[in-house]
Amino acid sequence: MILHRRLVKDRIAYYLMLAGAGLSIALVPLIALALAGRASTLLDQQSLGKLMFSVTWSPLKGEFGFLPFVVGTFWVTGLAMVIAVPLCMLSAIYIAEYAPNRLRASVKPLIDLLAGIPSVVYGLWGILTIVPFLRDYLIPRLSGLTRIGLLNAENPTGYSVLSGGIVLAVMVFPVIISTLDEVFTAVPHGIREASLALGASRWQTIKGVVLRRASPGIIAAIVFGFSRAIGETMAVMMVVGNVAQIPRSIFDAGYPLPALIANNYGEMMSIPMYDAALMTAALVLLLVVFLFTLGARLILMQAMRSV
Amino acid sequence: MDTVIQSLGLTVAYGSQRAIDNVTVSFPERQITAIIGPSGCGKSTLLRSLCRLVELTDGVEIWGRVIFDSEDIYAPGVDVTDVRKRIGLLAQRPYPLPMSIYENVAYGPRIYGIRQRSALDELVEKELQAAGLWEEVRHRLNEPASALSIGQQQRLCLARGLAVEPEVLLCDEVTSSLDPLSTQRIESRLIELKQQYSIILVTHVLRQARHLADYVVFMYMGELIEHGPSEEFFANPKHEKTRAYLAGEFY
Ligand SMILES: Nc1ncnc2c1ncn2[C@@H]1O[C@H](COP(=O)(O)OP(=O)(O)O)[C@@H](O)[C@H]1O
Ligand SMILES: [Mg+2]
Repeated sequence: MILHRRLVKDRIAYYLMLAGAGLSIALVPLIALALAGRASTLLDQQSLGKLMFSVTWSPLKGEFGFLPFVVGTFWVTGLAMVIAVPLCMLSAIYIAEYAPNRLRASVKPLIDLLAGIPSVVYGLWGILTIVPFLRDYLIPRLSGLTRIGLLNAENPTGYSVLSGGIVLAVMVFPVIISTLDEVFTAVPHGIREASLALGASRWQTIKGVVLRRASPGIIAAIVFGFSRAIGETMAVMMVVGNVAQIPRSIFDAGYPLPALIANNYGEMMSIPMYDAALMTAALVLLLVVFLFTLGARLILMQAMRSV
Repeated sequence: MDTVIQSLGLTVAYGSQRAIDNVTVSFPERQITAIIGPSGCGKSTLLRSLCRLVELTDGVEIWGRVIFDSEDIYAPGVDVTDVRKRIGLLAQRPYPLPMSIYENVAYGPRIYGIRQRSALDELVEKELQAAGLWEEVRHRLNEPASALSIGQQQRLCLARGLAVEPEVLLCDEVTSSLDPLSTQRIESRLIELKQQYSIILVTHVLRQARHLADYVVFMYMGELIEHGPSEEFFANPKHEKTRAYLAGEFY
């Protein structure tokens, strides 16, 4: 009798969990379907491909080119990764390979704490420190110094894709560092010892053995960080300037997709097709992030198997 | 008998637990010394402290001296990578480096600055032969080392260790995870290698100690109980712990 009740509970728990898992899996296509439904009025008139590669964003004339926003998204994300990856590699190598156990045990929770800070706080921090730093120090010193187009400082405000990239880099530090730390920790201790026993120095061992063994995992961590960063570009709308143009220099303003949606939804809805355009933007964002996350997962799985 | 390496009052503790306590013993040159004793008695710890690998363990403390080439390897200012190059260790389980068979053997020599391809080719062949692996892998040198069987991997690790030309070769139960045939192969290599190398071998297989060793060191609960030339040790053990162990009363 008791056994029977336990079995019933077991069944119930099983179906509840199945329903939960099913719901969360079904959520993505459901959201995508809802977005596509609202976007269809625009997509019926203009193809998604044409919208994606058109540069002009001029809603009053009915022109909805997404290219500046897509490019803006990738600019900010790309800069964030350029900044974050080397720093995260160094920190993760230090934490996993050099730090004594006690230090490591106290640093890891701190990093997880960083991951829990609301993104709007990072945005404010960007306005308070990064933007003024660029405006008052970096741009005045760099302007006229080089002819490199990427460093052209025609926009002196500091609200730029670089500010966005820096803020976003700091936001993705925790996830990249923890993933890398896991990747390094998964490398068996015995192969480090094998290298050290041959008289290799610690750094030779890390460079020649640990990084090599961990390389698929490192790539996965970077792709994973990238996919996270794309999704988080909304938080940087406070510092990127939000101008619908294709940035040519790291000091130019940009306009990431999530910022476009967040800034404009609910306003100017009287303009025909505007609503459908924002829905299309959301759909594009969802698909891009979904594909990147899926890709990162696959690479990570592959990497963990080969380690 | 000449001594190659000697521990003086060597004590190693993990946290508060002493794994070896005040061990003073000399290891003979160009012979095979077997360190025997029940599991957990500190054999691995002793071996790993002879090449300064034991200090990689978190929270370990080491007292005493290890004299090698008339110098204390624990003295301040000693280059630890040089110590580990000259005193090689072959671990219980083979850990091939994440690279090809060839690169595994070339790894050490490359670290010491040998770049020339022909010199490396020659070295790789020579050491793979010395480890008794050459014939099996000569046509697949560029395959990943992880593709080898575990017995082949262990011989690859032996070749890799020999390639840096150590003076002492420490072996920690190197056949314990191998099948009988692979074990036999490794054992016969070791007998050949003692012409050139001083070998210190940890084993808990008495048969292996009898078969290979010229000199035997018996440990029990972190302490050195008895040591002496192999024949004498097995024929005429002096300590009652040794007699009990040899009689198979505990493992
Ligand atoms: N990394 C470690 N941390 C804590 N204790 C250890 C560690 N390695 C070994 N010990 C302890 O030290 C003692 C000796 O171990 P070891 O040298 O491995 O013995 P053996 O090789 O003879 O089996 C054992 O009691 C073991 O539990
Ligand atoms: Mg052991």
